[in-house]
Amino acid sequence: MLIPRLPIGDTVEFAVDWVEGNFGIFLDFISDQLDFLITGLKDVLLFLPPELFILVISLLAYFAGKRNIKLAVGTAFGFFLIQNMGLWVLSIETLALVLSSALLTLVIGIPVGILCAKNEMLYHIVKPLLDLMQTMPSFVYLIPALIFFGLGNVPGMIATVVFAMPPAIRLTNLGIRQVPKELKEVADAFGSTGWQKLAKVELPVALPTIMAGVNQCIMLSLSMVVIAAMIGARGLGYQVLFGIQRVDISMGFEAGLAIVIIAVVLDRITQNLSPR
Amino acid sequence: MNKNIKLEVRNITKVFGKHPQKGISLLNEGLSKSEIFEKTKQTIGLDNVNFEVYDGEIFVIMGLSGSGKSTLLRCLNRLIEPTKGEILIDGQNITDMNPEELRNTRRNKLGMVFQNFALLPHRSVLDNVAYGLEIQGIPKEERYLKALEAIETVGLKGQENSRITQLSGGMKQRVGLARALANDPDILLMDEAFSALDPLIRSDMQDELLSLEDRVQKTIIFVSHDLDEALKIGDRIALMKDGEIVQIGTPEEILTEPADSYVSRFVAGVDRSKILTAESVMKRPDPIISINSGPRVAIQLMKDHGISSIYVVEGKNRRLKGIVMIGDVLEALKKGKSLESVMIPDTPRVAPDMPLKEVIPLIADSQYPLAVVNDSGKLLGIIVRASVLGALAISGEIEQDEVPEEKASEESASGDKIPEEKPPEEKTPEEKTPEEKPPEKTVSIGKNEGEDGQPPEGSGGSGNIINNGIDSGPVPAEAGANNGAPAKAPDRSDTMPGSEVKTC
Repeated sequence: MLIPRLPIGDTVEFAVDWVEGNFGIFLDFISDQLDFLITGLKDVLLFLPPELFILVISLLAYFAGKRNIKLAVGTAFGFFLIQNMGLWVLSIETLALVLSSALLTLVIGIPVGILCAKNEMLYHIVKPLLDLMQTMPSFVYLIPALIFFGLGNVPGMIATVVFAMPPAIRLTNLGIRQVPKELKEVADAFGSTGWQKLAKVELPVALPTIMAGVNQCIMLSLSMVVIAAMIGARGLGYQVLFGIQRVDISMGFEAGLAIVIIAVVLDRITQNLSPR
Repeated sequence: MNKNIKLEVRNITKVFGKHPQKGISLLNEGLSKSEIFEKTKQTIGLDNVNFEVYDGEIFVIMGLSGSGKSTLLRCLNRLIEPTKGEILIDGQNITDMNPEELRNTRRNKLGMVFQNFALLPHRSVLDNVAYGLEIQGIPKEERYLKALEAIETVGLKGQENSRITQLSGGMKQRVGLARALANDPDILLMDEAFSALDPLIRSDMQDELLSLEDRVQKTIIFVSHDLDEALKIGDRIALMKDGEIVQIGTPEEILTEPADSYVSRFVAGVDRSKILTAESVMKRPDPIISINSGPRVAIQLMKDHGISSIYVVEGKNRRLKGIVMIGDVLEALKKGKSLESVMIPDTPRVAPDMPLKEVIPLIADSQYPLAVVNDSGKLLGIIVRASVLGALAISGEIEQDEVPEEKASEESASGDKIPEEKPPEEKTPEEKTPEEKPPEKTVSIGKNEGEDGQPPEGSGGSGNIINNGIDSGPVPAEAGANNGAPAKAPDRSDTMPGSEVKTC
């Protein structure tokens, strides 16, 4: 080979170091804000006694599922099981991490998705990035996240956001693009402004697809729990990791079961939230 | 109908593609559309379209798919930007409006109804109808009030809280119509509005659109690929082909005077009996006889015209009294009775705007020609079988149109008097058949036939009457059809309704 080895890895490392060196204060600021979000959410959720929390989430499942009593009972049973296994605090920590990650993902992902649907150029730029984010092994995000934000919940959250972002953007983009042309014409023909068209026609019509994106985003966030634990995110993921390291089957299994319970409940609730 | 121009389209051209100006310059050079597409990959959607739409009319843009009719409609409210040309609404050019002005024009002047209804699935009927008002920032109560009014107008009262998914196709399109009406626009743009409905519902909706049009007096621009629909609802029709307008005219003009072979092929399959009216196939009542005349005059007239029956009228207004048959008149003459005593008063009568479709069964059952009578009882014309058949065949119509008009004016001048002198008649081959009979076989009745200066053909005709007697219905009918003038007689023009097609 005459071509010398291209220093791709070194370049990325250099870039990461450069960002860390020059934007350290800014990154610390972001880190503080995100940490505040996660701990704040965690504190609120932990403020409720477990019994009351179970009641609230079961009612939520009941009404979200259009008065689905089976879903409500299942939810109550699942969370009761978590409490029974002594994993309550860890589960709430995980829930707080997952929900704040998903929230951040959607806050960024949905507007970007809308912009992609409206702007062909932007979509062509964003699309390969999304492919990269989805196919790159998620462990790889951990390193820059670790460098930028240190150990703890925040780098875990950042890695999660990167991982869960693509479906939020893709499905929002798809939803808006799939709004029938005639409906867009209705908005224009009756003299809507751009915002009115978006708010009153496009978003409501695209809502089912966007909600599918929300659902996917939450599910992917949950699937990152264990990986995020590798850089210090607390909660059930850490428990699973701990179980693996110590070959403690019972600990690993119980924590894993708790993750599954949370996943199923969140999935059912968000699925039912989407209209029709 | 007043003829104020509501909307004017001037030289609208639309080129689809990345370099529309290239397409325009090639069009100016006179290249064909396919040549331009081969050279530049630019598609010519509309090529120099011009037309005007009058206030309060239903203007139908029709053509096959791909003819550019929907593109043209969308140019009118700039859902599609025309590449070149001007569109004037109430004299204002909308093609150079800024977004704000355009939005206001769309809100206040242009309503649109879509082919596949295009209702917002997440909204109730009421909120769908109120959409146009909502985006104008009209407070909830007021917009619901107006929306409810519109819902009532389209006959959906009580459905305002239904979900869109619960409605049938016809109801959905009523909602679409109500939504367009709620804004109270001057112009309704309807894009194949009824094409997605099944035939019966479509027909109902067309009827309702027509009755709605009578009530609300909007200018409607209606795109359709269905010729029957266009002929039924259109005051005027623009027929499009390959992005150009081939012909603009009333439904009858399109049918009877197709501009080129494309149009005539297009209209070939039309059920003319639905479009043409009694008025358009009637011939002038020629001759007629005053009720005060004696039987002798009647016989002479029938003889001169080669017919076996004659309509009896009264006064200057030609009020129809009845019909007399040759046999009865001969009887009356023998017995010295008056004409009125042998007259049959209850002859079949039809209104001038009756569709031919309804005329046909009447004439099939009738042994006399049908009398076309207006509201005040005036005899406008008569319909014989041959003229109906002639009208239903394209060639027949064109032939009829060629009948010179001088005859018509001559006749109208004679009013209720019995014409003393006949101008030479238009002879068509069919009519010549009876002439082959030698004149000497003719039995002369009453007056000397030579004294009215009738050419020999006339006496041949009179011989025919006698030979065939009253039973010879079809023969005189045929003769009548041939000397009948089309609905062009000047004395009748004032009674012509604006658009008889509407009543179909």
